[in-house]
Amino acid sequence: MIAYNVNKIREDFPILNVKVHGKPLIYLDNAATSQKPKQVIQAEKDYYETINANIHRGVHKLSEDATAGYEEAHEKAADFIGADNLDEDSNIEQIIFTRNTTESLNLLAYSLSNSKIDTGGGNNKADTIFELKEGDDILITQAEHHANLVPWQQLAKKLKLKLKFAKISLDSNDDEDFGTLDVQQFNELVTKKTKIVAVAQMGNVLGTINDAREIGKIVHENNPSALFIVDGAQSVAHSKVDVAKLGCDFFAFSGHKMLAPTGIGVLFGKKNLLEQMKPFMYGGDMIRKVTFEDTLYNDLPWKFEAGTPNIAGGIALGSAIDYLQKIGMENIFAHEQELTRYALKRLEEFEDITIYGPRKMSEKRTGIISFNIDGIHAHDVASIFDQHGIAIRGGHHCAMPLMSLLNVAGTARISFYLYNKKEEVDKVVDAIKSVKKIFA
Amino acid sequence: MEFFAEDMYRENIMDHFKNPRNHGIIKNPDIGFADNNPLCGDEIGITVKLKTEKIKDKNGNEEIKEEIAEIKFNGKGCAISQASTSMLTEQVMGMKLKDVKKMKNNDVIKNLGIPLQPIRVKCALLGFKVLEAGIFLYEGKNKAIK
Ligand SMILES: Cc1ncc(COP(=O)(O)O)c(C=O)c1O
Repeated sequence: MIAYNVNKIREDFPILNVKVHGKPLIYLDNAATSQKPKQVIQAEKDYYETINANIHRGVHKLSEDATAGYEEAHEKAADFIGADNLDEDSNIEQIIFTRNTTESLNLLAYSLSNSKIDTGGGNNKADTIFELKEGDDILITQAEHHANLVPWQQLAKKLKLKLKFAKISLDSNDDEDFGTLDVQQFNELVTKKTKIVAVAQMGNVLGTINDAREIGKIVHENNPSALFIVDGAQSVAHSKVDVAKLGCDFFAFSGHKMLAPTGIGVLFGKKNLLEQMKPFMYGGDMIRKVTFEDTLYNDLPWKFEAGTPNIAGGIALGSAIDYLQKIGMENIFAHEQELTRYALKRLEEFEDITIYGPRKMSEKRTGIISFNIDGIHAHDVASIFDQHGIAIRGGHHCAMPLMSLLNVAGTARISFYLYNKKEEVDKVVDAIKSVKKIFA
Repeated sequence: MEFFAEDMYRENIMDHFKNPRNHGIIKNPDIGFADNNPLCGDEIGITVKLKTEKIKDKNGNEEIKEEIAEIKFNGKGCAISQASTSMLTEQVMGMKLKDVKKMKNNDVIKNLGIPLQPIRVKCALLGFKVLEAGIFLYEGKNKAIK
């Protein structure tokens, strides 16, 4: 392995040369969205300058090239998350392009609300049928992003289901487990009535990593007809994901958090499930044959990609995947763990800082650090950081129920990515000192 | 190298934040309203006591003159929302209600004397919005009585 060269990586990101309030930009809001390398920007530009055409329709050269590029991007996505390990011959049939994680999860909530699916999971046929009925339940955790909460909450209201929340540890004295999922209690919550379990693999507020593999095992052992959905918005950008190993039925993520442009996202689903599911949107591209009376739906994944998709974005996502794979997700993960370890250590200098999430580095936490400085509002912290050229997020991070659980209005949050470096952590410490001086 | 940060959080803002003017609650107020900004959790409550006078204008028509005799606020949140509201209370003390109603957002924002990021404008205006809503409710109630 070649040594991880952060300065070399930084050269690929034009935006890192930008000055903010006269200071070099220090971008630490990666959990919200990542910056883009010039390779990805170029891929999007190349598409428009050389092969732009609509896909799956024209017989002309451009349309063929655009179609091939767009389909190849699906293959890259399948390979990136290990979907090709599940079913080598039909990997792209398991990859649906959407706008983002939010749309992927909404697609599921909608389609699952009117689909009857044989999950094929158990021995007894009657036990393996998924169909939502009044009184069933959906299980998520207390730490979910609104994108993995509101669709289920509204589905539950509509079909009179029960939405259950698995507990996270609120013991702020526990350096290692504060904010982590209580797996034992989770186990008890997955019953025969539980039909959908949806959990983020990495939390966007607390920086916790859930053992999705163990969770998947619990779900399928406790109830063969239950579907296990992983919100991979954070995890896919920062760690090596292998859906075959996770044992998940669906996996949702966004391109924009992993170096790709905005407006392109992915939903992975197991082929046998997607085949039995109803479409989410109807129209062009998702059909095989239409008469005035009825419609035969298209093959996977196109059945779920109605209308002209974000072709350029899809191709650019493919290029982002190439870029990440060249560096190696394991290397990126290790680099961020190192930064996080360093940042947590430096934050120990301040007695009046509360960290929401594990304070100690372990395999249970990642490079998202939420914190508050005693008596100072997160927006003031973020504003003062901004004056130092440091972009961080202050607020509720799309997790208002979690904020009320933590009994805070919001938190300040720094989140790392492959291009961040230790010197930037030092600048964070300086900025904290400046905040404290102003508020002293 | 902190002059930028201190530029935004100027001394006068921090002074109002740390030593808020007209802080508290008036018992039996004429006007009272509270609201929050769910996005950032800022909360402001405002209570007002009015001085009401019947006066005659130059044509001899009777008119009711309402003035802010006392105003107090309480709440919690960021420095911008709290300081801005504190400044607002000083600004409107003694003002005629009808003139307060004519105030524009900018009349309040400019008290801070700094350029605000768009997302912080909401913080700066929370107190003003609470006062406006309070006046609106007060007038509605008063009309109903008359
Ligand atoms: C864990 C998690 N889930 C879902 C989302 C929603 O992603 P998007 O806004 O791209 O749909 C985010 C992004 O903030 C996230 O961090």
